[in-house]
Amino acid sequence: MAKFDENAKPFTNKWLDERIGLNTLKRVLNTEYWIPKDINFLWAMGMILAATFGILLISGIFLLMYYKPDTNLAFDSVNYTIMSEVGYGWLWRHIHGVGASLVFLIIYIHMFTGIYYGSYKRGRELIWLSGMGLFVAFSAEAFSGYMLPWGQMSYWAGMVITNLFSGGSLEAYGLVEWIRGDYVPGDAYLTRFFMLHVLLIPLVIIGLIVLHFGTLRLPHVNNQEGADIDYEESAALYKAGKKKESKVIPFSPVFLSKDIFVMGVYFILFFYLVFYHFNFAMDPVNFDPADGLKTPAHIYPEWYFLWSYEILRPFSKDVGLIAFALSQLAFIFLPFIDRSPNVAPAHKRGLFQIWFWVLLIDMIVLTAMGKLPPTNETFAAIGWYSAVLFLFMGPALFVITIFEKKIEKGA
Amino acid sequence: MRELKILAVVVFFSLLTYYLVEPYAHHQMHMKVDANGDEIHIESHGFTYDGAADIAEAERKGDEVLVSKKKAFWSKVVQISKIKGDVVVGEASFALCIGCHNGANFNMGGAIPPNLDHVGGIYDKNYLIALIKDPAMAGNVDHKYKNTIEHPMGRIQVMMTEDQQIADVVAYMIAKKAGEVSPKEAFNEACVRCHAMRYVNVTQLGDTPKFKHEKDELAYKIKVIEEQDAVKAYMGKLPQDLSMMIRARSEHFMETFVENPQSQLPGTSMPRVGLNQAGYDKVKAYLTEAGDPSKKAREKLGPWVIAFFVLFTILAFFWKKSMWRDLH
Repeated sequence: MAKFDENAKPFTNKWLDERIGLNTLKRVLNTEYWIPKDINFLWAMGMILAATFGILLISGIFLLMYYKPDTNLAFDSVNYTIMSEVGYGWLWRHIHGVGASLVFLIIYIHMFTGIYYGSYKRGRELIWLSGMGLFVAFSAEAFSGYMLPWGQMSYWAGMVITNLFSGGSLEAYGLVEWIRGDYVPGDAYLTRFFMLHVLLIPLVIIGLIVLHFGTLRLPHVNNQEGADIDYEESAALYKAGKKKESKVIPFSPVFLSKDIFVMGVYFILFFYLVFYHFNFAMDPVNFDPADGLKTPAHIYPEWYFLWSYEILRPFSKDVGLIAFALSQLAFIFLPFIDRSPNVAPAHKRGLFQIWFWVLLIDMIVLTAMGKLPPTNETFAAIGWYSAVLFLFMGPALFVITIFEKKIEKGA
Repeated sequence: MRELKILAVVVFFSLLTYYLVEPYAHHQMHMKVDANGDEIHIESHGFTYDGAADIAEAERKGDEVLVSKKKAFWSKVVQISKIKGDVVVGEASFALCIGCHNGANFNMGGAIPPNLDHVGGIYDKNYLIALIKDPAMAGNVDHKYKNTIEHPMGRIQVMMTEDQQIADVVAYMIAKKAGEVSPKEAFNEACVRCHAMRYVNVTQLGDTPKFKHEKDELAYKIKVIEEQDAVKAYMGKLPQDLSMMIRARSEHFMETFVENPQSQLPGTSMPRVGLNQAGYDKVKAYLTEAGDPSKKAREKLGPWVIAFFVLFTILAFFWKKSMWRDLH
């Protein structure tokens, strides 16, 4: 057994260090966790996501104390009990609702940052893959949470999405019933999505966040130029006090100070939305109680699912489902589709830069068309073309990057 | 500066997406078009009623007979509104109203006649004249009846036949039945005979009393169900509970819908309510009290939380500055 100092007072630094390696932990995770200096505010999105998840967790715990997962009680427990009887219940609910929407905005910014700077390439594949795992888990968390207020949109979105599992012409209605626990969304359906939302998926998310951080430690964070930094050399320079010459900074407190500042700006926006502009995240349609006999005029998912919804919608049943499934998986394979040897920002990668902006704009167009009524022929046509374009983006990336020239170091 | 350029790009694409999926998409989804595919602009007309909306609607249907019928009716209404009414004579005629509007909570031909205690204060003068002249036309629900006499209030047409009589009774209402009205009273008088609002314990029978014994409570519940069945039989379906209505519909929808339900839900059996601006404000205040009770607290707390984060951000900025000072 290791040696333990008899005279060390409990819970002092030395006492803790002997037992849990406190100094090593601090060094590895904070003071000597080296981050490149050449970064911009987009590098703070990870910490913003972690903070937003924390806020969702805390507000969720408060809501959980009063929410009732029962089709007869759910709507009123949210809209009456929490909103008017529980002290500051309205605040927690608005924070939770707005947070759930904003977390996806930041996820998308985080994702597109990764794509732009090539932060998924050799050595960083697992960062990308665990990140995609988080995206899937957050999507499931968002969907299951959307069921809980048991309003019109909860019910009908639940109906539409679970119906997808019938697999088009496969007509696997048995599977749909198994998922719902009933022929239509009902009590069994609500209670299981409640369980998923408050227990199973959050556990998975927490696990994946740990994994995501873990995958980051050895390859280190990418930087604005995709430069391959000699971390030992730069760290030695920094420790020797040559901070100007060193290309790195410690995670804590230097990198963190910037994160906290960006977080402050983000929280101004966050709470502006919570207090003054929450309707975008809390659809008025969902303030009508669920009614299985009254289909809303327009059924649409929350904004962050619209692009994939629009890949499903313009095609015939089976083609649409296959396209939808492909689009859900497409991003996962990004590190393996991109054949280019370069880790560099898109503006230095020729055709890849065009590919990037086309992808971004195409997804925004898909997002818009996913909400606009498809009964309008122009919208339906734009939706169809942008969905087809999206499906070609994967093969296009493969071809573009095969022919991409290697960028010489120091160029 | 590079960071600001990047921020501008991020903000631009975020706002673009927001614009497309929120204001633009909602405008497209809720847009009403006429037979030629041209957009019908539904605008609030300040809770005054001159029949212009009803006439335009009939014109869009291309029904010439209906158009001339509506025009004749509303010009008659305007004509009566110019007659000077006699309050004292009106009081005598008002006794005819009290025959049905007696507060007995008794369903007559589909609905309970509403209480008229503040009728002159919360409803528009033209609307009241129109209502007495022809309840089906005033409510813009004439499509529901072959003849106005079938309307639950249709018999008024044989009870008050003279224009002067109508002018007198409306003058009386405006002079004597327009006292100070609370949001709750305005709501009860304008909405409750058809709509319930469970978050404030209101049913079609009005405020639900407290009961000592479960038996009494159940007996009352049965009375409520019977009343709801009667309303349902008359309206075609049970009108929605209004508890969350203030959050379930946009401000624009609420205003234009209350002014003329047909504008937002063509063919609906709900008649025009006829509230004036002051009356609508009261009703809206009560809907807010029931469906969005945290509005005041929210508006009070908001600036403080935001001020906190502004201060937080300023301090964080200086901390970051000091941390990064020797780095470049």
